[in-house]
Amino acid sequence: MDSGLGWLGVPLAVVGGALRVSTPFLFVSLGECLTEKSGRINLGLEGVLVMGAMTGYAVSYYTGSPWLGVLGAGFAGLLLGVLHALICNLPRVNDIAVGIGLMLFGTGLAFFLGKPFVQPSAPLLHAIEFGAWSDSTQIRSALRVNPLFIGGILLALSMHWAFRNTRWGMVVRMVGDSADAARAMGYSVNRVRLMATACGSFFAGVGGAFLSLYYPGSWNEGLSSGQGLMAVALVIFARWRPIACFWAALLFGGAAALGPALQSVGVTGGYYLFNAAPYVLTLAIMIATCSPHRTLAGAPGELSVTK
Amino acid sequence: MSSATATLGVPAADTPPSGESLRERFGGIVESIAIPLGALLVAMGLFGLFMFVIGKDPLQVYRLIYKGGFSSAFAWQNTLQRGAPLILTALCVALPAQAGLIIIGGEGALVLGALAAAVTGHALDGSATLVVQIGMALAGMVAGGLWIALAGGLRQYRGVNETISSLLLTYIAIAVFNQLVEGPLRDPASLNKPSTMPIGDANMIGSIPGLDVHWGLVYGIVFCVLSYGLVRFTTPGFAVRVVGGNVRAARLVGLPVGALVLGACFLGGAAAGLAGMVEVAAVHGTANASLIAGYGYAGILVAFIARHNALAIVPVAILLGGINASGGMLQRHLDLPDATVLVLQGIAFMTILASETLYGRWQGRGH
Repeated sequence: MDSGLGWLGVPLAVVGGALRVSTPFLFVSLGECLTEKSGRINLGLEGVLVMGAMTGYAVSYYTGSPWLGVLGAGFAGLLLGVLHALICNLPRVNDIAVGIGLMLFGTGLAFFLGKPFVQPSAPLLHAIEFGAWSDSTQIRSALRVNPLFIGGILLALSMHWAFRNTRWGMVVRMVGDSADAARAMGYSVNRVRLMATACGSFFAGVGGAFLSLYYPGSWNEGLSSGQGLMAVALVIFARWRPIACFWAALLFGGAAALGPALQSVGVTGGYYLFNAAPYVLTLAIMIATCSPHRTLAGAPGELSVTK
Repeated sequence: MSSATATLGVPAADTPPSGESLRERFGGIVESIAIPLGALLVAMGLFGLFMFVIGKDPLQVYRLIYKGGFSSAFAWQNTLQRGAPLILTALCVALPAQAGLIIIGGEGALVLGALAAAVTGHALDGSATLVVQIGMALAGMVAGGLWIALAGGLRQYRGVNETISSLLLTYIAIAVFNQLVEGPLRDPASLNKPSTMPIGDANMIGSIPGLDVHWGLVYGIVFCVLSYGLVRFTTPGFAVRVVGGNVRAARLVGLPVGALVLGACFLGGAAAGLAGMVEVAAVHGTANASLIAGYGYAGILVAFIARHNALAIVPVAILLGGINASGGMLQRHLDLPDATVLVLQGIAFMTILASETLYGRWQGRGH
């Protein structure tokens, strides 16, 4: 390390890492939050994330505009979400199983179509420098924030508001809490869930674009290892509240940044174990928050994952 | 809960009333063969369409898959070799499914089983070959079994969703595996590719006489037959299916639900752990990163196509093994990436799941 922060650099790098690494967690968990609010779980967002990362990179490479890449990633996610929803709309089909299928399908398709984009470099997203006032390179790199992160915060706030104050938000929540009530009101349960899954997958696709277009900022097959799945678990921890999703995503980003941060100060011993910290944290959180005896507070009534 | 297993594809535990007609009985059997076959054909069609769109000749793709997987004795041996681990990892999904759990962590059980087997094999080196081999198999099965039982226990006693936890446990297992193989358990002689100490050539389980296919295939088939018998014809097997069908009813009649769930998960994990042992003792001779080859994930697909029927797993796993075996040929002849097989598997998975909606339509009784 060039400046003399030494061990102090670890918490700083964790904070910086949390700001940087949390964005995909945030987008995927907000997307999953929306889908689960409508009473359906989409375990396939891991596949959507990878597909979004590949599409974002490819579109940015061809058009030269990373923001078009972000949009393209969202649409790729949207298509996969529609696929998930259409299959789940068939009677007697299990949404968890379809999610597993989508996970394998999305990653397989992304690896297949993404082969030509492993080598070339596409234009990446630029960050906003909130640390420009500082002389320390570590502080500057910690406070380098991507606009997508800010977009994620705004999305969390607006989802929080929309669930309470808009007709659309209410309909999604009603469908998620009681499909019968929604039917009695004349809403098509399947159509609402289709919309919620498609929008949720759009967000997850955008999260994937962050991976390939900002951090780590390249496309390869090892880009995502379970972030999509952890984000699904994170929604349970956040009790289906968008704002809580944001805090949870920061926590997970910090956990994911721990390994690289320790490595940067010379601790290389438990490299693999430190990199497994987010998985352990996810599992620990699920163990702490779930209970076999009661349904979780705030859980949508129609959700199969909590039954 | 009662509909959960129906949608999981596990046949319900309740035996149909004795007065059922032939049409009802055979309708069920015909359905459970015709629908998956039809779904696979649709998947092949969609895959062909996909190939056509990206500018490849679908017929040539099909021909190469047949040629690479099933056309010659050599291809068949390759196919069987690749199918063997899938048989065992599919059981890791199918056995817990009998108790109503969707476990997808077979990959984790496989790598830990492989690691335990490799360590045991090295430690016992010098004992009688049979002792070493049995020791390795037991170590692999116990390690894999405990790992999946952990996911089952978390579900049973903490209410943690087992699908998510088992996949998280896989990532953790792979981290532990890498840490140990590159750290304390590393063979100093393995320079480029960190591996554990070799188990020794004498302790390898070798090939089936007359075939260039290792004994792992037989292990898998035996495990499947035993599992089928256990689930179909024994009281604990019946009890597990009751738990899977309706957990509340199982509690009411006083079944030990926790023990049954843990048992089903342990056996499933043991199968995947044995797959790890076979990969070490028949293929690699040591535990290294080559073991992390996605067998656990392909096993999920096999189990779903086989509708969690242990006997149906064998042909499905061999079919998928053949498709995987043809991947290299597609790469060489059509310049397709190695992920081509993954795309085909993904499409097949989606069509198989969509086909779940068709069951019960031709049986003459409404579900």
